[in-house]
Amino acid sequence: MQYKAMVISNQEVSSGYYRLRMTAPKELAEAKPGQFVMVRVNNSIDPLLRRPFGIFDVGSFVPEYADVGRQTYLEILYKVVGKGTAMLAALHHGDHLDMLAPLGKGFAPGDAGEEKILVGGGVGLAPLYYLAKELVKNSRVHLFVGGRSREDVLCITEFERLGVETYVATDDGTLGERGLVTEVLEKQLQQGATAKTIFACGPYPMLRAVAAIAGRTRIPCQVSLEAYMACGVGACLGCVMKGRNHTEATPDYRCVCKDGPVFDYQELQWD
Amino acid sequence: MKPDMSVEIAGIKLRNPVMTASGTFGYGKEFADYMDLEKIGAIITKGLSLRPKAGNPTPRIVETPGGMLNAIGLQNVGIEAFIAEKAPFLRTINTPVIANLYGNTLEEYGELARRLDKVQEVAAVEVNISCPNVKQGGIVFGTDPRAAAEVVAMVREATIKPVIVKLSPNVTDIVVMANACAEAGADALSLINTLTGMAIDLQKRRPVLANVTGGLSGPAIKPVALRMVWQVARAVKLPIIGIGGIMTANDALEFLLAGATAVQIGTANFLDPAAAQTIAMEMERYLADNGIADVKELIGALRY
Repeated sequence: MQYKAMVISNQEVSSGYYRLRMTAPKELAEAKPGQFVMVRVNNSIDPLLRRPFGIFDVGSFVPEYADVGRQTYLEILYKVVGKGTAMLAALHHGDHLDMLAPLGKGFAPGDAGEEKILVGGGVGLAPLYYLAKELVKNSRVHLFVGGRSREDVLCITEFERLGVETYVATDDGTLGERGLVTEVLEKQLQQGATAKTIFACGPYPMLRAVAAIAGRTRIPCQVSLEAYMACGVGACLGCVMKGRNHTEATPDYRCVCKDGPVFDYQELQWD
Repeated sequence: MKPDMSVEIAGIKLRNPVMTASGTFGYGKEFADYMDLEKIGAIITKGLSLRPKAGNPTPRIVETPGGMLNAIGLQNVGIEAFIAEKAPFLRTINTPVIANLYGNTLEEYGELARRLDKVQEVAAVEVNISCPNVKQGGIVFGTDPRAAAEVVAMVREATIKPVIVKLSPNVTDIVVMANACAEAGADALSLINTLTGMAIDLQKRRPVLANVTGGLSGPAIKPVALRMVWQVARAVKLPIIGIGGIMTANDALEFLLAGATAVQIGTANFLDPAAAQTIAMEMERYLADNGIADVKELIGALRY
């Protein structure tokens, strides 16, 4: 649906990373982990297009500013990378945003009681937090999180507060183990860690490595992809990925926005 | 009093002059959750080819100042799947549907038009001659007046439905192209398609788009589009559908003044999935506020 949101808070949680909490219509309480939003950062034509963000959290709160009872909020986690996100970072309580949400297909949470592994890189962690909140209700959850440096590893405390066991890897070794998060994941699996499902979100090379691990270990795996997109509703066809059986003669392109952003890793061609 | 917003293009009655541009509105259904499809003048489908088309590798789109470049490569379900899977939904909508079609060869254009001729829910065809054709020795239908005329004549012969020809701005003189299409039997002209452009990633020293070049759309191209609509309107008798960077009702009304009978909303649909409906509504408000009884009074009413 399309709606106007009001900014509740917009806090820098690490160098260049922000958590933006905003009001949402009550329908958003039904948003599924893994779904995303398209934010129009201002009303001008610069930047022209909306920006997509995974849903970091949805919940409810009692506002101090009006006697309206319990309200729904939605939160995104973002990194300032360009003009659009820089404009977002400048927003304050009371500012308004035009939103499309919830969009796309979310994660299939799997059966209760099963062990679950989450793998996230950088802001790819965003949809995994909302997912973890759901999963911890009836499953044991392990989080493998990676980043370039310690300031790129976000919100660990929030995950730990949920009871999630976390493993951290950084490229420069400033936090957790030095190396790739997928190397840490693979090592843990070799040492006997098990899970019934892997859920991953992050940069494409990380997802490709996770998909390869899932292939080797035969653990079912769902990945949430990022892509350039213009519309978010399946019209522009700018965000497509190749489906598993895609060939030039028998095209099988999937829209990240509409068919995803969450896919079973086996649905896609990994190149 | 409520202003009369209706216009007519090649015998198709539109409740208002606002259409959605091919390639920016899917097959209509994608937008049904966000707007009332019966509050706009017409829906134009994604470009249809004879067989399903994969389209280009990614990245396919990139934002540029005041616009965006796209090189989707005409990914579409193909004419058969359109008729079987997409047309039934469109049948339920009381708004004219115009099928945009694209062929690799002259014969393919004819074949597409023949197949669409029998499809009841298609009110008219819009012929896309704005994409390069390699099969004919690099001739581009949209930039060679003789080749364009041949395509139009071929389609004209294959269907009794109104034929709209969508013109490319990537030519030296768009009036020459417009005249060639008019003489070959076009019922209406729509312009402009995207302007060829390019974006470069300085750090990587690579083109941003996998296709290297792409089509520029959005507010950045509006002045070019207005100028071309104005030029063609003065030179050709056919009704014109103005396209190019229309984001607001005011933009749309400017195209009418330049000589367009109707307009198409393209890139704006991406920013705001209800854009076409909002623009139609606000055009009507402009007329009411300014005491204009009939939107047709504005067509070509530019003062000098």
